[in-house]
Amino acid sequence: MKHIISLFVTLAAFWLLNSGHYSVLILSLGFASIVLILVIARKMDVVDHESQPLYLTRKIFGYHLWLIKEIIQANITVVKHIWLGKKSISPSLKKIKISQQTDMGKVIYANSITLTPGTVAIDLVEDEIIVHALLYKDIESLEAGEMDRRVTLLER
Amino acid sequence: MDMIITISSGFFLLIGSFLCFSGAIGLLRFPDFYTRMHAVGVTDTLGAGMILVGLMIISTDFLVFAKLAMVLLLTLLIGPTTSHVLAKAAFHNGLTPKSLSNQEKNNKEISSSNT
Repeated sequence: MKHIISLFVTLAAFWLLNSGHYSVLILSLGFASIVLILVIARKMDVVDHESQPLYLTRKIFGYHLWLIKEIIQANITVVKHIWLGKKSISPSLKKIKISQQTDMGKVIYANSITLTPGTVAIDLVEDEIIVHALLYKDIESLEAGEMDRRVTLLER
Repeated sequence: MDMIITISSGFFLLIGSFLCFSGAIGLLRFPDFYTRMHAVGVTDTLGAGMILVGLMIISTDFLVFAKLAMVLLLTLLIGPTTSHVLAKAAFHNGLTPKSLSNQEKNNKEISSSNT
């Protein structure tokens, strides 16, 4: 039930912010389309904790702030190495162990790795992740496990 | 007040343009597919982000602001997904990354630790 309410609120906010017209006719048409979407989503059985991860809501904002800081730092490093040229980079490929148990945690971790410039998650098999990095230093800092620890904290 | 808004927005736009430009330079400069993808990552995240933040600061309408914020969120979700799909497709079709410089570096480290 709470997943349906959450989906309704998200869709309503999306519709209201995109439309900008608030006459009764338009609003009722928007409401009707949202209800139709809810019925279809319910029939497709996709309204669950996976599409609406409500249990993350409390902790995800702190993680996002930390991730933005990391992204800015990584951007500065990559831009520096772009201007220094190809002699200064040390591309490397490595398998890294991950400690997340749930699918959601694994996906958040892999996506965070890819979102940070300089590291790309190539494949995810069981509890190992193949990472390609622009600098060998980046792989070392991933293995040190700061990001891994923070994502695992999100799961609980 | 207007002055501050214009100047800060211009500042963010300038930084964003510089980052996008750097991403393009990296795309031309780096040696192989995977390293080029890292260069594009700069354009994806902070380049587009800074330009959108600059536009958000200068926007007067709340709806315009909200739409720009939505574009930013979608970019941050779609960017890593597409780069991951590209990298996975390349990797599974047998494109091996160039890591010569890395091996040389490792050898150097080993030899230096031996001496």
